[in-house]
Amino acid sequence: MLVAGQGCLILALGVCLYGIGASLYGVRTGRREWVASGRRAVYGLAGTAAVAFVILEAAFLRSDFSFALVTSHSSTTTPTFYRATAVWSSQEGSLLLWLLLLSLWSSLILFATRRRLREIAPYATAVLLGLGAFFAALLVFLESPFDRTIGPLPAEGVGLNPLLRHPSMMIHPPMLYSGYTLFAVPFAFAVGALVARRLNADWIRSTRPFTLGAWFFLGVGIVLGARWSYSELGWGGYWAWDPVENASLMPWLTGTAFLHSVMIQEKRGMLKVWNVSLVLATGVLAILGTFLVRSGILDSIHAFGASTLGVPFLALIAVMIAGSVFLVASRAGELRSAHRLDSLLSREAIFLLNNLVLVLLCVAIWWGTFFPLIAEAFTGRRASIGPPWFDRFTVPLTLVLVLLSGIGPLIAWRRATAANLRRNFLAPIGVGASALVVALLLGAGSQPDALVMFVLAGFVVGGMSQELVRGVRARRVMAREPVPLAVVSLVRRNRRRYGGYTVHVGMALLFVGIAASSSFADERDVELVPGRSATVGGYEIEYVRPTAELVAAPNGRLERIDFGAQLRVSKDGSVTTMRTERSFFPSAGPMLGPVSRFFEGEATSEVALDAGLREDVWASVAPDTRRLALRIEEGDRVFSEADDAGALPARERDVLLAEALRGLVRSYTDNPPPATFRLLVSPMVTWIWIGAIVVFLGALIALWPSPRTVGRRVTAAYTARVGREARVPA
Amino acid sequence: MDLLVIVVVLLVVVALVAAPLRRRSTAVEEDAARAELEAARDAKYREIRDAELDHRTGKLSEADWRRMDRALRAEAVEILQRLDELNGSGTSTAAG
Repeated sequence: MLVAGQGCLILALGVCLYGIGASLYGVRTGRREWVASGRRAVYGLAGTAAVAFVILEAAFLRSDFSFALVTSHSSTTTPTFYRATAVWSSQEGSLLLWLLLLSLWSSLILFATRRRLREIAPYATAVLLGLGAFFAALLVFLESPFDRTIGPLPAEGVGLNPLLRHPSMMIHPPMLYSGYTLFAVPFAFAVGALVARRLNADWIRSTRPFTLGAWFFLGVGIVLGARWSYSELGWGGYWAWDPVENASLMPWLTGTAFLHSVMIQEKRGMLKVWNVSLVLATGVLAILGTFLVRSGILDSIHAFGASTLGVPFLALIAVMIAGSVFLVASRAGELRSAHRLDSLLSREAIFLLNNLVLVLLCVAIWWGTFFPLIAEAFTGRRASIGPPWFDRFTVPLTLVLVLLSGIGPLIAWRRATAANLRRNFLAPIGVGASALVVALLLGAGSQPDALVMFVLAGFVVGGMSQELVRGVRARRVMAREPVPLAVVSLVRRNRRRYGGYTVHVGMALLFVGIAASSSFADERDVELVPGRSATVGGYEIEYVRPTAELVAAPNGRLERIDFGAQLRVSKDGSVTTMRTERSFFPSAGPMLGPVSRFFEGEATSEVALDAGLREDVWASVAPDTRRLALRIEEGDRVFSEADDAGALPARERDVLLAEALRGLVRSYTDNPPPATFRLLVSPMVTWIWIGAIVVFLGALIALWPSPRTVGRRVTAAYTARVGREARVPA
Repeated sequence: MDLLVIVVVLLVVVALVAAPLRRRSTAVEEDAARAELEAARDAKYREIRDAELDHRTGKLSEADWRRMDRALRAEAVEILQRLDELNGSGTSTAAG
């Protein structure tokens, strides 16, 4: 099916080029049938990309090693779930996934707007198909996933990178890519609106679910990546300011800014230039995110030249930036605001400030991410910027952001009066003050940043609770409903508002978790022998005994060797047992011996984690396998000699090799060397995940379509009709 | 088999994109205009409700809310008139 797959990619490229031509011809000549044909080309792109993806997926599932990609990224010992998801562990597979997701989301928005935005949609179709053509061309000419394996078919593949064998890591890329590709939708419609000079809020309203969807998926992807880092990488953290992490955070930040500032355009007709610039920047940053991961430029600026994708991506980004700047500059007259800012004490001003902080955060992260490359380009030496540099900028900016997320929903539009400030701010400030007292009593006074965050989070949660209570009261006055029904009705009829408030509460909880865990964690690296213990964060952690195991894949072949430790964790009379392991996966390197290849490949950590609402107890082990070196060397020598002499039939050789490895494993448990442990007691980490779940719940509330208020013909006077249909007094 | 897959996909795509070129319909144009107006009407209703809730929860002064509400309702009326004109019942409904 290699030819069929490649054929589908060529068809995908062809259909993109046709669709661009048809859409532009249709809109320029006013021939709607060509516009419709161009739109259908997007559906055609989705179909051809889906067939290509299914062909590749099937090859991975049946371990078809005639596909070079399957050979290099899967194996018969890879579990079925990971074989299915190994497609996007490769560069070629992830580019195909990008194309598929882009075509699916594009189809959805163009189907939804097939009878609306008639001047804008054809241009947006051309932009979306232009992006599709770019990725299809990369797949056809530079990074085909349908290359044939050179030479005789191997009996076994290299296998999936063991670090990626984690459920969240397998869902993480489709989430990130969904976010990136969904951000292409508002980007394309913004370009369409600028080209067609239709710059009211219609296109914003139509693409808003997609912008929010992009924000949601990118956010889920970021959190899944953090969770993977915490539970799989063995260093104990969840965020390292790694360039790939930063690449996904930047468009999320500008997307957040856009979702807020767009409300001002809808309400007051202001900030049109800012909004359109933000959404264009977000689209560019989404492509930049894909570029950073895929070009190899992150490792070194020299890798940029070596990568086949660096130049095309840079060309695309340059075209996107130049086109965006030209369109915004040439439409400056039409983008002029209808109103001016009335007061600095107003919701508009707070939203604007919130936008500035978000953009400043993005700029700081951009500089920190690219500084090593810029320094290398100018000086030839690679400079490095670590977490302390990022923290210096991001901590104060985040504190301001949380404060603004509390003020924004409470302050009045246009101009806040003293009465408004008193009425809306007294109770939330009281909750913040209570949080301060509780935090001081719990001993948080030693960390001022964390203390301020706890106070601000209290203020936000207090403010949002007050808004819900007042909304319910207003609803009860209007509809005379009991409280539970009033809550449901209120949220159902104002999903965007209360979904947004839920997001603010979730973010406050998430930042409380980050502040507590990063300020009050107790961490130690210790070397222990069985029977010895160490004290961390008030817990006594004892290395009870070593563990070692040969782990076979479902097909009976040896998948990995696990060396680990059983730990006893005790505090105040309560005792729990935990287990941590280091898994060693064999290398496919042809120069390695049959025994040593199990110790020269990738290794992953399975951390011991006892998570709770108050604190997490976390441990990882780095077993010392140096004592096994002599036995490994001896095993390699014996098997090499037997192989050279041709003395062992393959089956007998496998049995003897398994026996030799079992002997190694036994020797580790019978005579355990000291093992190095990283022990960590970190408070309130669980609140990061709880906060994230609340954030995403809020986003889902905001995303859910509002109930239709109108479904009938009315014969009464229009004004009465508006009052009735909008369900407010006329 | 490979060739068969390519030919089938090609035929489906060609049929899909060529279908609109074989027919022209004015009904589609009217549907599009109606859909656009209905979306604008629903958005306007949302704005009216939003302003009402802002007023009741203390984020819009009485005077600002009354001014905003009046403007929004006038815009909604205009949209409804255009919708009814499209449906062929504009004048009678407005009078009713």
